Amino acid sequence: MPSREAIIDAPASEAAAAQHHASHPGTSNLGDRLFNSTLWILGAMILVVAGLIVLNLAVAARPLAKDHSLWGFITETQWDPVEDRFGALTFLYGTLVTSMVSLILAVPVAIGLSLFITQFAPPKLGRVLTMPVELLAAIPSVVYGLWGLFIVVPWLRASVEPWLGKHLGWIPLFQGPPIGLGYLASSMILAVMILPTIVAVSVEVMKTTPEATREAALALGATKWEAVMMTVIPYSRAGIVGAVLLGLGRALGETMAVTMVIGNSPQISASLFAAGYSLPAVIANEFAEATSSVHVAALAGLGLILFATTFLLNAGARVLVNAVQRGPRRVSG
Amino acid sequence: MSPAPAVQIMPPEKPVPMVSAPQQQPPLAPEPETPFKVEVQDLNVYFRANHAIRHVTLGVKPQTVLAVIGPSGCGKSTFIRALNRMHDLVPGARVEGRVFVDGEDLYARGIDPVLLRRRVGMVFQRPNPFPTMSIYENVAAGLTLNGIGGNHAEIVEHCLRQAALWDEVKDRLRHAGTSLSGGQQQRLCIARALAVEPEVLLMDEPASALDPIATAKIEELIHELKEKYTIVIVTHSMQQAARVSDNTAFFYLGELIEMGPTAQIFTNPRERRTEDYVTGKFG
Amino acid sequence: MNLHSSFTYRKVVDRGMALVCALFFALAFIPLLSVLWLVISKGAAGLSWSFFTQLPKPVGEVGGGVGNALLGTLFMVGLACLIGLPLGVGAGVFLAEKGDGTVGRSVRFMAEVLSGVPSIVVGIVAYALVVIPMGHFSAIAGGVALAILMIPTLARATEELVRVVPASLREASLALGVANWRTSIRVVIRTAMSGIVTACLLAVARAAGETAPLLFTALNNQYWNTDPRQPTASLTVAIFNYAISPYDDWHAKAWTAALVLLIVVGLLNIASRVLTRSRLKGAR
Ligand SMILES: Nc1ncnc2c1ncn2[C@@H]1O[C@H](COP(=O)(O)OP(=O)(O)OP(=O)(O)O)[C@@H](O)[C@H]1O
Ligand SMILES: [Mg+2]
Repeated sequence: MPSREAIIDAPASEAAAAQHHASHPGTSNLGDRLFNSTLWILGAMILVVAGLIVLNLAVAARPLAKDHSLWGFITETQWDPVEDRFGALTFLYGTLVTSMVSLILAVPVAIGLSLFITQFAPPKLGRVLTMPVELLAAIPSVVYGLWGLFIVVPWLRASVEPWLGKHLGWIPLFQGPPIGLGYLASSMILAVMILPTIVAVSVEVMKTTPEATREAALALGATKWEAVMMTVIPYSRAGIVGAVLLGLGRALGETMAVTMVIGNSPQISASLFAAGYSLPAVIANEFAEATSSVHVAALAGLGLILFATTFLLNAGARVLVNAVQRGPRRVSG
Repeated sequence: MSPAPAVQIMPPEKPVPMVSAPQQQPPLAPEPETPFKVEVQDLNVYFRANHAIRHVTLGVKPQTVLAVIGPSGCGKSTFIRALNRMHDLVPGARVEGRVFVDGEDLYARGIDPVLLRRRVGMVFQRPNPFPTMSIYENVAAGLTLNGIGGNHAEIVEHCLRQAALWDEVKDRLRHAGTSLSGGQQQRLCIARALAVEPEVLLMDEPASALDPIATAKIEELIHELKEKYTIVIVTHSMQQAARVSDNTAFFYLGELIEMGPTAQIFTNPRERRTEDYVTGKFG
Repeated sequence: MNLHSSFTYRKVVDRGMALVCALFFALAFIPLLSVLWLVISKGAAGLSWSFFTQLPKPVGEVGGGVGNALLGTLFMVGLACLIGLPLGVGAGVFLAEKGDGTVGRSVRFMAEVLSGVPSIVVGIVAYALVVIPMGHFSAIAGGVALAILMIPTLARATEELVRVVPASLREASLALGVANWRTSIRVVIRTAMSGIVTACLLAVARAAGETAPLLFTALNNQYWNTDPRQPTASLTVAIFNYAISPYDDWHAKAWTAALVLLIVVGLLNIASRVLTRSRLKGAR
């Protein structure tokens, strides 16, 4: 776009210019104007899509507001479509527990893996190393659900849960009958599914560590690991936190795999072995069959909570990641 | 190099055009009537607060070569890019003053920079053939992209011959333009610029990325192109300026310090700073 | 502790941590190989021509396939492409060309944030946007949901691809007297095109694997359907329904359908490599 200021107005030559202009009908101007306005419209579409999402969720959830307060909605445990009583706490609890446990499982592996790819592996291998991670990301979630239901759940039921119960059974988390389906199964599958997200972003931010800083640490006599701890980790810490938040966002919203292995039982239980329910799972299971408008609205309300949470998480994560990628202006000490 | 005729040099502050005569003229007959092909009056370029070109005034006669020299960062590229309005697309860049081509002010309102650039072609420091196009398509790019018809095959061959590249590529016109060597790519870019039949050719250090043999070819080419085109060339090499140009302009910190016939600039400069630069005392 | 032993200790920590990192890397292979191996080994048995071409059969009857679901997936992904590809790529070009101002920055941020919105939420949006006004579930609703999911990710990918086109190519074209818009389309976007095609195919692959946003937009259908206004089956919903059913025979179908889905996704990935190979000899 030729900036207006770049064009000097010379009043004396304006008449001549106008004449000149007439002799060359503005072939480019029309095209440019069309192209530019098309681009602006297309760009605005992203904002329109965002607006559509918020608006439609709000409209769909509106009937709920009639006899449910927001506070009541998120603190009630009872979910009874027949009686038109809707409380989301059970689902919030399930979503929160499975997401947190999946983070605990995935984050150390993801960070170690990212360090291996960026710091320890021979640089010549390059992209080959990220391939398995990219493949993990490319597998559809319903396939993870299938795998979880028929492979992970039986394995947990037969080996892992009995073993945990026997040795760590004094912790409430590992008590109860080993049924396989439940929080633990969901968390494990979620951990696998969010691993690629965390690794992809962590690798990107770790790559932005200036090579010179790391070499300086090595030159001071630090071992490779010490150099990593002294330079790469502090430099990319905010970005890694962002990567973890992005992973958390994925875990909160993941639907199919969780629906297939969490057990879909609306209860709050301290044990990870127990069956539970999650926000996306209840939407997936009930939405198509919901008949009363309040029921649909309650499900949309769950969707709105999910949207708001993931939106804020993602926004925060992007701020952190972008700040690290933009370079030396560091976020926090 | 034949000695160039005497010229009037004006201090840069005064917006009076300098006169330079074509090289082959007898020394004692300066022709003040010959109009300038390119004339710059009190040109200023700003990048936000940075005043990169300061009050530059000069003129270039048709069918001559003007070399622009000066230390790195003195504004040579900025100056030459102002001659075909390449700054229009740089955010924060602002141009003041006038640039006339054949007496027409490029920066006047209503001038379409697109049509202008067809008359003022440009070759860049690094060869930049279009990677998605073959050698043939690269040369014809200005024609196809502008929707100009005609016998493209003939024009392509003519331009490649002019750019002294035809014999090297005539058997592989369908190969990628980027498959050529650096020097060949630069000649390809020259051929591409020639295909739209510009009147003025701007060259920003066209040989800086090339080896001596490729450089020699480009210089030879400039000599031949002078028959038809008016050329402004930026160069870092004093020898190159001496070999190819009729006149030389020395820039320093955004100002035009001195301009005159090349021989005089190199042997008998008026300004101290010019002398220091051409004798290698700085820069 | 003397200097020497502390040095040995540091060395051991160094080696140990490097080993742990390598182990974690190996650990990531276990689920990957397990998923791939099980889908192939359990799915391959049911693979036959009729699996691709026939309608599903009721429990207990042998044979039957997922032909309608496969068609439905192609159909809805096709619909999604009609909406999502132009908007996503277009928004990406906007971000690359005009994205440096305040508006551009907010659009970019919004695209980044939206690409993390759960797909089930997008399903609700498409339900409110299309299903409610139409009065019933439909392929269009499914296509719209998939399109909304495609747009933000594709926009960001396209932006990155257009931005890496060297500015020198744009300048070269402008210097030939080519108008800005023609330069943008025929030089800049053209140069980024092979990358954009790859990004589109990956977006298509991702859309083909989505389940949650289809559950209550396209719903399901036992029969062939090419009417965009009717409920439509999809491969992913079929896998889900087969998997959670109590019948072993349907479980086997779920694995085979999963294999078909992985093949579709894999083919799209391979296609993206083949399609983007340069047609020019000696291209680098
Ligand atoms: N796009 C731009 N934005 C901001 N400042 C710029 C831009 N281009 C050039 N400048 C500034 O203008 C001045 C002149 O730069 P220019 O590129 O014209 O120098 P040059 O003489 O061509 O140098 P070189 O010999 O290294 O090519 C420099 O101070 C530079 O920082
Ligand atoms: Mg320069």
